[in-house]
Amino acid sequence: MTPFTTLNGLAAPLDGRNVDTDQIIPARFLKKRRGEYANYLFYDLRFDAEQRPREDFVLNQAAFQGANVLVCDENFGCGSSREAAVYAMVDFGIKSILAPSFGDIFYNNCLKNGVLPIVLPATTLKALRLELTQAAAKKIPAKNTPASEHHDGLNITIDLKGCTVACDYFKQPLHFEIDTFWQECLMKGVDEIALTLGYSDQIQQYEQKARENQPWLAP
Amino acid sequence: MGYTDTISMSLFEKIWRKHLVVERSTGPALLYIDRHLIHEGSFHAFSALRERGLSLRNPTQIFGVADHYVPTISRHPKDASTPEITEMITRFETNMQWSGAHYFPIHDARQGIIHVMGPEQGITLPGMTLTCSDSHTSTHGAFGALAFGIGQSESTHVLATQSLWQAKPLNMRVELKGARQAGVTGKDIILAVIAHIGSSGATGHAIEFTGPGLSTLSLEDRLTMCNMTIEAGARFGIMAPDDLVFEYLHGRPFAPKQRDWDRALIQWRQLYSDPDCGWDKEITIDLGALAPMVTWGTSPEAALPITGMIPNPAQEPNTTLRQSMIDALEYMALTPGTPLNTVQIDRIFIGSCTNARLSDLRSAAHILKGCRSKVPGIVVPGSMQVKKAAEKEGLDQIFKDAGLEWREPGCSMCVGVNGDTAPAGERIASTSNRNFVGRQGPGVKTHLMSPAMVAAAAISGHLTDVRPLLSRIS
Repeated sequence: MTPFTTLNGLAAPLDGRNVDTDQIIPARFLKKRRGEYANYLFYDLRFDAEQRPREDFVLNQAAFQGANVLVCDENFGCGSSREAAVYAMVDFGIKSILAPSFGDIFYNNCLKNGVLPIVLPATTLKALRLELTQAAAKKIPAKNTPASEHHDGLNITIDLKGCTVACDYFKQPLHFEIDTFWQECLMKGVDEIALTLGYSDQIQQYEQKARENQPWLAP
Repeated sequence: MGYTDTISMSLFEKIWRKHLVVERSTGPALLYIDRHLIHEGSFHAFSALRERGLSLRNPTQIFGVADHYVPTISRHPKDASTPEITEMITRFETNMQWSGAHYFPIHDARQGIIHVMGPEQGITLPGMTLTCSDSHTSTHGAFGALAFGIGQSESTHVLATQSLWQAKPLNMRVELKGARQAGVTGKDIILAVIAHIGSSGATGHAIEFTGPGLSTLSLEDRLTMCNMTIEAGARFGIMAPDDLVFEYLHGRPFAPKQRDWDRALIQWRQLYSDPDCGWDKEITIDLGALAPMVTWGTSPEAALPITGMIPNPAQEPNTTLRQSMIDALEYMALTPGTPLNTVQIDRIFIGSCTNARLSDLRSAAHILKGCRSKVPGIVVPGSMQVKKAAEKEGLDQIFKDAGLEWREPGCSMCVGVNGDTAPAGERIASTSNRNFVGRQGPGVKTHLMSPAMVAAAAISGHLTDVRPLLSRIS
């Protein structure tokens, strides 16, 4: 997993409560292999029935080309446990998602794939989405400008160590909460399985005791 | 290693504590996972294991069944809707043989939707931690198990270590009181709960259903209710196991036997929340006040009694909520003020891990007996055992006589990944669990309801209250 420390990114606003994982990646695309999901992110929102890009969808708009941060609404990623919803984010280049709340399984899936889910108040994010939309309407960045060089009000800076999000619209950087365990895993790109295998003795001891008390545990 | 302690604990807390392998002062703990269930979607997990040269830590605690992608027209992988899916089912078989885990292939007499066949086989037991790479794993909480859905990375972790780093959720109680009317099922109760608290009303929480109303519910109603707690945001739904659960489990293939059974029963009888354990959130539902429910929008929270009307977004003061109602009504092609019982349907679906157990099929067949469905539709039993039992009772004939198709078990039109989807634009009365945009096919409009309500819609051609039909039949 690629470590996540700081990100100077381009933020795109995505309106709508309860954006479920079926919207993030429709079920018919779940059979792909890792690395092949970029085209299918928000597929039915991005493309019409004839596979033409929908002009009104935010990630199809010129100002948001190269976006790597999504600013979303309540209950983002609710629904199915399909991890391909996060694979599609990763393959598309999304590194962090800001929302007032997340589906619990989607939140965990983000953490396992180096995508930083950030919880901020609904009113703050609603205002930010509006500002981003207005900024994009005013200024269209030159084609092929790298996301890091945008200075058009769409920039967002995330510091995972300090747990802050900064952008033009916040008077001062906003603090967000993340458990220190996940913070460290993301910052170091920790391999969780390797970490747990380090506790093999404890698992072994637990298992021995559990099997004495419940001989039916492992049929 | 009992569950009793000096301090008051909820049922959830008792099971959680008993499974702690490594505890930290804050954040996630390393939790032991007693049983893990997998399906064809597990190919990412197996690829990850192989890449790292890892194998399963405890294959006998892993159970695999093909359910998501299997064809429902036959039991042959070659009849899958695309060659890619045939390959996927075959690959699952290869992975399962490599793993050494318990495996229930497509043609096995025990095959079925993982959340239907798991309990049938006694794989799900009270007091256990159980995971599955499927969000509806909460279903198994009806047995007093701590059961939750996980992604493929977490599934890989469980396969390799039989444990998982998890943050403990908050505790929410849903107290059930009163007696329900005829025609009100577990599906109606859980839809009412979701409508009441919203689709993120229990995010970050485990829901425990308690109260005098609980003992009046059949095990199948309970499974349906725990199944859909995820639609209110709760990964866990749980209920204290009682004699109904113990009687159901006795003699099941993977349940403890003889002396082990007696020993298990002593442990299981301690699985309840202490009276003064305290809750982070609480609601009470009066079962007597509930009517059969239907959804009108694109989230399970958009549910109303069938006696209601399509709501008017103009009357919603919250602008965010108003916009989501406007979007939902546009997708659903519905007009505010329309009585719900006049909404015409194009197709029906009876199936899914929510509502494809024997009692579900019986309640639908009870309504359909001797009638013709005005719309096409499929009936997909939840497991091979359900199918066999239903056929023994002649339920299959009732469905066929009504003009519906009687299929082989699988997830089918609930998630649509096996190719069982409806043509674009159609409106479906469905016993499944999600009415999300495009869930049953691009542009398809889904209304969720109980099996009896779907049957009533089938013979009427529109959404309708099943209760008058119940009294007519009886």
